[in-house]
Amino acid sequence: MDSELRDLYQQVILDHNKSPRNYKKLENANFEAEGYNPLCGDRIDIFLVVENDIVKDISFQGSGCAISKASASLMTHMLKGKTKKEAEELFVKFHDLITGKLGDNPSLDELGKLAVFAGVKEFPARVKCASLAWHTMHSALNKEEKIISTE
Amino acid sequence: MKSGIINKTIYDVDKIRKDFPILESMIHGKPLCYLDNAATTQKPKSVIDSDVNYYTHLNANIHRGVHFLSEAATKAYEDARTKIQKFINASSEKEIIFTKGTTESINLVAQTLGRSILKEGDEIIISTMEHHSNIVPWQLIASEKKAKIKVIPITDNGDLILDEYKKLLSQRTKIVSIVYVSNSLGTINDVETIISLAHEQNVPVLLDAAQAVNHLPVDVQKLDCDFLAFSGHKLYGPTGIGVLYGKSHYLELMPPYQGGGDMISKVTFKETTFNTIPYKFEAGTSNIAGTIGLGVAMDYVNAIGIDNIAAYEHELLEYATEELLKISGLRIIGQSDHKCSLISFILNNIHPHDVGTFLDFEGIAIRTGHHCTQPLMDRFGVPATSRASFSLYNTKQEVDILAAGIKKVIEVFK
Repeated sequence: MDSELRDLYQQVILDHNKSPRNYKKLENANFEAEGYNPLCGDRIDIFLVVENDIVKDISFQGSGCAISKASASLMTHMLKGKTKKEAEELFVKFHDLITGKLGDNPSLDELGKLAVFAGVKEFPARVKCASLAWHTMHSALNKEEKIISTE
Repeated sequence: MKSGIINKTIYDVDKIRKDFPILESMIHGKPLCYLDNAATTQKPKSVIDSDVNYYTHLNANIHRGVHFLSEAATKAYEDARTKIQKFINASSEKEIIFTKGTTESINLVAQTLGRSILKEGDEIIISTMEHHSNIVPWQLIASEKKAKIKVIPITDNGDLILDEYKKLLSQRTKIVSIVYVSNSLGTINDVETIISLAHEQNVPVLLDAAQAVNHLPVDVQKLDCDFLAFSGHKLYGPTGIGVLYGKSHYLELMPPYQGGGDMISKVTFKETTFNTIPYKFEAGTSNIAGTIGLGVAMDYVNAIGIDNIAAYEHELLEYATEELLKISGLRIIGQSDHKCSLISFILNNIHPHDVGTFLDFEGIAIRTGHHCTQPLMDRFGVPATSRASFSLYNTKQEVDILAAGIKKVIEVFK
C-alpha cells in the first residue's frame, strides 16, 4: 500500500471501522444531535449523558466511511470522563490536527490515540469525514438539555 | 445496440486515445484510468486547440460589430449552432438555444414556460431517478405557483414503472420532465412511450439528455420531444456551454428568461421589443469560445460516428458488468436491460468514499457519493454508491484495472 494511503488508513482506524466502540443509542442521554454531511449523504447520531458538567457516557450511531466511523468511535472513547470544556478544547486541537494547522511535527500528547488521524491533512476531501462526529458532539453540547421522560 | 456491428476498421481505440492528451497523465505513479465520464468527459486536442485558436485569432464580440473579427467570430458561433442542430436533427437552428449547461436549460423552461402556464393545483411529472437539476427547478416554480410535483416510481432493477406514469397523467398535468439516461443507474428510459402518452393529453415533455447525447444517436424530430437539454462538457466539449432545444412554437410563446443585450430588438424607457428566437433567450455576451469548442467536439464525435461509439461502449458495458459481478460482495445498483455504459455499485461493509480513495491511488478516477440523486439513493436504501462510467476512449484493460483495484480494497478491509 502507498505510504500516504497507509498513513490515512492506519490499522487502528481499520479496526475501529470494523468494530466501532460505543455504537449504540443511549436511552438516558440528556444531550443528543444528528450530524449530516450533504456532500456524501453520511448521517450520524451522537448521544451524551452529562452530569455535573462531566461526560459520564457517550455513544454514536449512523452510517459513514471508515474515516468517519473510526473518528466517531475514537471520539467516544476519548471523551468519556472529560468535562464539557475539555471536550470542546480537544475538538479544537483535533480539528487543527486534521487540517494541518499543527505543523509538521506537532506535539500529540494531549491527542493520545487521536494522533492516528494526522494523515487526514493530506486528503482535504476527507477532512469533513473525520470531523463529522466532532461537529455533531459540539452541536449536541450546545443544545438545550433534553428533559428525560420517565414514562 | 449489439457489439457485432462495430466497424473494427474505423474504431481504433488506441488511435482515439492519442487524441486526448490528458490520458497520458500519471496519477500517484500509475497511468490515469479515467472512469468518471458521467461527471465530465475529457477533451480531444481539437477542442483544446479551438479555445487557443479562438483567443489567438478570432476574439471579438458577436452579433454587433461591423469589423472583420466580429463578423468572423459571429460566423464561427452561428456555425456551431448549425452543427448542433444537425447533430440532434432539429428542424431549424432557431430551435437551438445556448445556455451554461443542462441545469440552466431546465431552469430556463421552468422559469418561462412553467411560470406562464402553471396554476394552483396543476401538476408536473418527474421520476424517482432524476438528477437534482431536474427536481429543484420544478420545486421552485411549483412552490411559487402552488403546483404539485408527481413522481414516477421505479422497479428494483431501475426501470420506470410506466403503468404508474399512466395513472399520474391527468387533466392537471401541465409538464412532464424526464431524464433520458440516468446518471446514477445508467437506465435508458423508454422516452418514446413517455412522450406519446403525454402528447395524447397535449402535455409538453422535456428530456434531460445530459447523459444521452454522448452515448446514443438522438433525433429530436423522431423522438418528438418538446424540449431537450444537455451539456457540452459531457460531450467532449468545454465546460460552461450547454444547449436547450425547444420546438419553435413553444419558444415563440415563452417569455424571455433574462433581460439584457442581444435579446432585444428595440429598447426605450417605455418599452422593449424582444429579439426573435433563439436570441430572445440569449441575453448578454455568451460563452463564444465554448460554443465554438462544442461545435468542434460535434465534429470529433461525427468523425467517429455516434453509432460506432454506442456499439463500442455497449461492448465495454457488457464486459465490465460480467467482470464486476465476479467479485464477491459487489452489488450493482441499476440492472435494467437498457443501459448505457455506466455501473453503480456497492461493496459489503465498505463505504464508497473509502473505495474512491483507494482506487485513486491505483490511478483510477471514479465518482463516489449520491451523484446528485439523493431521492434515488433513498429509494435503494443506500447513502451512496461508487460509479464507474465508460466512454469512447476507455478499454477492456481499464476494466481489468478497475476490477483488480476493487479486489485490493476488499482485501484491506477484510
